[in-house]
Amino acid sequence: MDIEIFNGVSVQQYIWLTVILFSIGVLGVLSRRNAIIIFMSVELMLNSVNLLLVVFSKMHADSMGQVFVFFSMSVAAAEVAVGLAILVMMYRNTKSINIDVLSKIKE
Amino acid sequence: MELNEIIFYILAFIGIVAALVTVTANNPIYSILGLIVCFFTISAHFVLMNAQFLAMVNIIVYAGAIIVLFLFVVMMMNLNDLPRVKTHILWKVAGVVGAGGLMLILVASLKVSGNLVQAQPVANIGLIHTLGKVLMNEFLVPFIMTSILLNSAMIGAVLLTKREKRIQK
Repeated sequence: MDIEIFNGVSVQQYIWLTVILFSIGVLGVLSRRNAIIIFMSVELMLNSVNLLLVVFSKMHADSMGQVFVFFSMSVAAAEVAVGLAILVMMYRNTKSINIDVLSKIKE
Repeated sequence: MELNEIIFYILAFIGIVAALVTVTANNPIYSILGLIVCFFTISAHFVLMNAQFLAMVNIIVYAGAIIVLFLFVVMMMNLNDLPRVKTHILWKVAGVVGAGGLMLILVASLKVSGNLVQAQPVANIGLIHTLGKVLMNEFLVPFIMTSILLNSAMIGAVLLTKREKRIQK
């Protein structure tokens, strides 16, 4: 049984869309070695989960989900700032943004 | 098909294509452009669901702040001078298999999950009038904590990127 959240579009369709977007993000994290693109894939995954939270908040007619999305956005902003700072530092020290060079840290 | 459904499918198609461009592009600038398009389609989904406050915040925070940060970092590193990061074909195959397996498991588990229960629809939960009341009453302490988090993140980012002075021997 399909539940419509507004005229014509059901929650299930949004669930499939976010599953696809999240999997694309996972694909980027797993298959790329460029640290910047890995960060962008993480942002993509965060955003798809945000979309699903808004869909469920609309479905339950409860604004808590949207408040939670607001908090997750601010956490994402903080995470990107610190992560890119680490990336810049890594680039200064190694002259590379390939994350494989980070495996030298353990030696 | 109703108009909303057509708009949903168009937005979903553009979003998925942009996400694929983000993940597969060789040049990081193209990845960033794909990410911008993807974020704008997600904001459009928010507008479609009448979550106007989150649509605006999404555009301001993601497309305005995060993407600009990414662009700054990419341009500061001047990636054209760097050798391209080569990915071994085995990594790509492993990534595709892993992500595809995850998607398969998610789809299978959602397929057999129980029916969703819908509440009585309320028209204006996404408006800033409603969200602001919730944010300022029930979530006041987390809201203030957010400011501390952002402040500490800013201090941390500045401290991390500061050049250390050479130690004199």
